[in-house]
Amino acid sequence: MLSFVAQRVVKGVIVLLAIVVLNFFLIRLAPGDPAVVMAGEAGAGDQIFVQQLREKFGLDKPLPEQLFIYVKGVVTLDLGFSFRQQAPVSKLILERLPATLLLTLTAFAISLMLGVLFGTFAARFAGTWLDTAITIFALIFYAMPIFWVALMGILLFSVTMDWLPSFGYETVGANLTGLAHVVDVAKHLIMPAMTLGLFFMATYTRMTRASMLEVKRLDFVKTARAKGLSDAVIQRRHVLRNALLPVVTLAGVHSGTLIGGAVITETVFAWPGIGRLMYDALLQRDYNLLLGVFVICSAMVLTFNLITDLVYRLVDPRIEFTT
Amino acid sequence: MLRSPSGVIGLIILLLAISVAVFGPMLFPNSPWRMVQRPFLPPFTLATVPLGTDALGRDVFAGMIFGARVSLLVGMVSTLVALVVGVPIGAMAGYFGGRVDDALMRFTEFFQTIPSFALAIVLVAILQPSIYSIVASIAVVSWPPVARLVRGEVLSLRTREYVQAAVVTGQSNTWIILREILPNTLSPVIVLASLMVATAILLESSLAFLGLGDPNLISWGYMVGAGRTVIRQAWWITVFPGVAILISVLGLNLIGEGLNDALNPRLSREGR
Repeated sequence: MLSFVAQRVVKGVIVLLAIVVLNFFLIRLAPGDPAVVMAGEAGAGDQIFVQQLREKFGLDKPLPEQLFIYVKGVVTLDLGFSFRQQAPVSKLILERLPATLLLTLTAFAISLMLGVLFGTFAARFAGTWLDTAITIFALIFYAMPIFWVALMGILLFSVTMDWLPSFGYETVGANLTGLAHVVDVAKHLIMPAMTLGLFFMATYTRMTRASMLEVKRLDFVKTARAKGLSDAVIQRRHVLRNALLPVVTLAGVHSGTLIGGAVITETVFAWPGIGRLMYDALLQRDYNLLLGVFVICSAMVLTFNLITDLVYRLVDPRIEFTT
Repeated sequence: MLRSPSGVIGLIILLLAISVAVFGPMLFPNSPWRMVQRPFLPPFTLATVPLGTDALGRDVFAGMIFGARVSLLVGMVSTLVALVVGVPIGAMAGYFGGRVDDALMRFTEFFQTIPSFALAIVLVAILQPSIYSIVASIAVVSWPPVARLVRGEVLSLRTREYVQAAVVTGQSNTWIILREILPNTLSPVIVLASLMVATAILLESSLAFLGLGDPNLISWGYMVGAGRTVIRQAWWITVFPGVAILISVLGLNLIGEGLNDALNPRLSREGR
């Protein structure tokens, strides 16, 4: 088990290093002098800045040496400096990370729980109107762009009904503390988390339904039935547990999409996370910050993949901890 | 495929969307960028501007028609490019096996691990937004599933007797891959491709929404993004283009499902 985790961590680090190298070449794809690009196009970088950058990143040195300097910087968590925001990139990202984690993890929990629940219902009542209704809803949610769901949510719940706040992380200037603050943040969280969760809920619903129907007709389920176990026990202990395997795999595959969705969701709801930071970097063409966020997103995805891999092995004891 | 109701509905939607994209601009030559009426004209008030106008008095209906071109074109072309990249990589990995397979699959996995939307954003931002950079970015992030699918198919096909026979008769590898193996992987690839077009349309609209659309072409995502700030005064500017995206993506997903049912009849009967 431990050696398995170690192996996977090493593999993850190698991939992350490869992404950092990719990043290094991406910034050189941008038109113009990389130093000027890093300083942010117009205005932010005057001649002295650019010259300093050129020396710091060794842009006058040969390419392999430049690459080495860049990778060394990233390894020591130095992602460069955002001249637009006048702060180190790693500091900007670390400040925003908790909000993004709160949003994505809540959305993930909502989508997984509701998705498995609806999928189980649909499979349990396969062929009835309930199944049809769930399937149609899942299909529609699956086809809706996240930014549009977000805006429709605002239109419905903020503009028309005035139930939920349409932007931000907390009420500005309210200075709430303790429980009142938690409730305030929760209120702001509901819509972004639901928006981000709906798309994935649809996927998990479809997957759970298909997978349960597949497992249901296997021999061991017949055996369980022959043993006289109640239907509820069979559904829960025999069918659902096995049917969850592909769902867990899918959750791992989706972590990247979840982060991408967070960029959109945070942009629409002005949620102060790294997705919003990425959007700001995009608007200001702050490439250093943009690529920094990209590296951190990749690291998050890798971590998430590692966790799902471990969960997968816990759910299914048949799989051994080897690579 | 015509026997599955979802497939038929999907096909109708797609044909409708394609005809709007092809013939729409001929029937409604109004430029979607031109001011035609007062700003914020609500929908269903004037027959000439059925869906109202946006914040600059531009015709929302015209935007939807011209936007169909961009969405469908980007969706299809980027999928095509992704196939051109993914199919050979998957075929080579599956056919040659061993080290080639290992190397190509590590490469594919690497691309699959990178958060795709974030990479697409970075690529379009760095290459500067244009229809070419958008198509290229979407293709870059969407080819890995193709490679993996084709590899799996080729892996099982290459041990078949007719392929062995071709090897024995001394055919070249290229000939065997192109003539004997790839035609037999076609049906799962077609199913995947139809779903990929749907995903590509969603991706393109998300990029355009964030302001990374081609500045010279109107698209549905751009329209929603432009209407976002005035959503409290004018709901229609964001609602209608979003519905257009929803319907097109839904149609393509239904086609994918219909094709899947038609090509794997065993699975589909169990599902019902």
